[in-house]
Amino acid sequence: MNGPASSAALRIGAPVALGVVVLVAWQLLVTLAGIDDYLLPSPLSIVEQMIEFWPALIAAIASTGLNALIGLVVGSIVGIAAALVASLSRFFDQLTAPIVAALAVVPIVALAPVLNTMFGADSEVGRRTMAGLAVFVPVFINTLRGLQQTRPVHRDLMRAYAATRPQTLRVLTLPAARGYIFTGIRIASSLAVISALVAEYFGGPRGGLGSLISTSASTSAYARAWAYVVGGIVLGLIFFLVTAALERLASPMSRSLTVTGRSK
Amino acid sequence: MSPLDETTDAVVATGVGKVFPAGNVTALEGVDLVVRSGEFVSLIGPSGCGKSTLLRLIADLDAPTSGTLTVFGKSAEKARIDQDYGIAFQQAGLLPWRTVSANIELPLELHGVGKAARKQRSAELLSLVGLTDFADRFPDQLSGGMQQRIAIARALAEQPSLLLMDEPFGALDEMTRERMQTELSNICAETGAAVVFVTHSIPEAVFLSDRVVVMSPRPGRIETVLSMDLGSASERAESLREDTAFFEMVTAVREALHQGAPARGVDDR
Amino acid sequence: MTALDAPPALRRRRSPRVALTRIGIGALGILAIAAIWELYKAFGPADGVVIGDSRILPRTSDLAMPHIVDMVSRLFEPVTRADGSPPLWLEVSGAAAVTLGIAAVGWVVGLIVGVALALVMVRSRLAESSLLPWIVLSQTVPLIAFAPVVRSWGSKIEIGAFEWQDWMSVAVIASYLAFFPVAIGALRGLQSPDAIHTELMRSYAAGWWATLVKLRFPASVPYLLPALRLAAANAVVGAIVAEVSTGLRGGIGRMIVQYAGQASGDPAKSWGPIFGAIVLGLVAAGSVALIGGTLGNYRRAEVNS
Repeated sequence: MNGPASSAALRIGAPVALGVVVLVAWQLLVTLAGIDDYLLPSPLSIVEQMIEFWPALIAAIASTGLNALIGLVVGSIVGIAAALVASLSRFFDQLTAPIVAALAVVPIVALAPVLNTMFGADSEVGRRTMAGLAVFVPVFINTLRGLQQTRPVHRDLMRAYAATRPQTLRVLTLPAARGYIFTGIRIASSLAVISALVAEYFGGPRGGLGSLISTSASTSAYARAWAYVVGGIVLGLIFFLVTAALERLASPMSRSLTVTGRSK
Repeated sequence: MSPLDETTDAVVATGVGKVFPAGNVTALEGVDLVVRSGEFVSLIGPSGCGKSTLLRLIADLDAPTSGTLTVFGKSAEKARIDQDYGIAFQQAGLLPWRTVSANIELPLELHGVGKAARKQRSAELLSLVGLTDFADRFPDQLSGGMQQRIAIARALAEQPSLLLMDEPFGALDEMTRERMQTELSNICAETGAAVVFVTHSIPEAVFLSDRVVVMSPRPGRIETVLSMDLGSASERAESLREDTAFFEMVTAVREALHQGAPARGVDDR
Repeated sequence: MTALDAPPALRRRRSPRVALTRIGIGALGILAIAAIWELYKAFGPADGVVIGDSRILPRTSDLAMPHIVDMVSRLFEPVTRADGSPPLWLEVSGAAAVTLGIAAVGWVVGLIVGVALALVMVRSRLAESSLLPWIVLSQTVPLIAFAPVVRSWGSKIEIGAFEWQDWMSVAVIASYLAFFPVAIGALRGLQSPDAIHTELMRSYAAGWWATLVKLRFPASVPYLLPALRLAAANAVVGAIVAEVSTGLRGGIGRMIVQYAGQASGDPAKSWGPIFGAIVLGLVAAGSVALIGGTLGNYRRAEVNS
């Protein structure tokens, strides 16, 4: 249990084992106990549906994924920019504080129908705006926190060097915040997918994962609905893995893992 | 860096006081001190005697509330903007995302020194502190003592005529500490810079200094100033630590500290 | 996070005047948004700003962007033209209360499941190794996607006298979203005591349960409170989305979609339930903050999830 090899085996083996057990139990439960499709289709029938509707599934993933991606990029840029301004100006910070605090707890999905009216029912922009809004909150909060991470000794050092404000920002403040910014983006990435997908339940153009899940469920094609749910899970995983990899690259701590160095 | 008259005093403090508005704490009161060019002066005293505060005033990291303070004949602020001093803190304060050489080059980069000149200077300094092989490592791959040597190299980057050091060896173990003291002594002999050195270790102050300034707390003020007649920096070596003259000076400093206040918070190491 | 999340000790230290200034500037921020809305509506192009074939800024017609005054005054007008129709705000409050109730059930279920899972993971290393990756993973995937699927559960499940109600499907979705932050926050909190504290308990020969009650639970409070707040916000989102996708009547989610459908005749009306949803989110998070307020001493070092 204590050796590095056995602990790695535990770390990877245990969750995989649990996953396999759950899948097999699920399949057995559905086939042996005769559970109806509407409650829970069997894993095999879901896979069958995925294969049968493969092109539609891929197209749906691409459509919802594009909305989520645009929301993620735009929301992140706006969030980082706003956090920079808030870190430089106390007034702007106090001006936006209650709005951001509210945005963090308010159900942004409620805006979906009016966004569709504002941008037009045939437009994807409403959904992208929703994803962007959902992304903005964690990116803004994490970036602002990151920009406040400079240590007193480093600030003293910058003052001792008579460094200008832009110099301090470039050399100290931004690099210190980098890890936090990417953590914010990683957290935001799953919100972007969820928002883009959920926005489709509120109307607008069809063809994305959300609208296909909802159509399939309403026509009693439960296994197909689950197949699209799996598509959503895959999309969420892709976003998570990519942003988590970016976060690892950006954080100064990860570097010591890739370079062989003496430990203290 | 500083084409200064050899006879200009490095630091002149006259009646310097510092009151922190929060809680109205008087950190320093009526400090008169002259640090001559090329002189090594240690500030020693128990916690709360204002020795770090005095150093921060000289560095213009804080402003005095009374008295006048000049560095090389100009205001502390002007000296800071002209980069007349180099500084090292108790924490090495290296930027974790920069390599060792990029850390040393930081002040040069900020002040517009060209890339080739920076590279050459950091190579010189790395060999001075004996860490040439570690140029491309990152700070978290270095021991505490190595990090501190890098911080000192960084403080020397612009060939300052004044070095300000705030307990730079405070977090190191005893053995490393003694080795670093010998090294610093050699560096000072080589560069001829004046040094203001804050410490709470009596042997450290005695070993390094031309003069030791003994301070006492509440409010922080100078108790007495002792001259260490132990020869110039270049003549000081490890053997000095076992010399009777060294022990006499240690005793003298300790007695001066005990007169001012109970010597709690001062190491006898 | 922001002012809302500052530990109470920090907030109390500020003088009333400073607090008042902050509230004033905050209100200014909300006014600024309203001003931007009205200015864009007044001076923006009627068909919005279109680049290529996508409209990146909205249309400015009264249908797309009603005046803010209209949205607010609409709240005090009757819902429909029929006689005896209640004012809109009352109807919205009623729907919000229904959703809040369902979200609260989901939140409580999520809390129980989340804490129970955290306890299992603290108790057993094997359980932690096998469960935690799945929990972290499921936080990153849109599980809410299956909301439309649970619609089919309504009135089809009967166990003895118990019959599955539609609102329960909604509560299940809400609890699903609430349980993740609770499980993660509780686990981090229960594992937060330092080695010196656990060793101290060990030196007292305190058993696992005694250590749990005297050390781990109190230590987890600063981790749990932000998690519970996040769970409350998530439960509200989950309830609204599930109401929409299961078509449950009576709650605010259904009302949002229904009034949006009537927007062409009465654009300001569709904003009523949106204001209701915003207040709902604030009330849910605020209630959790109130619970947290009673735990003053335990939350000295609150950590954000």
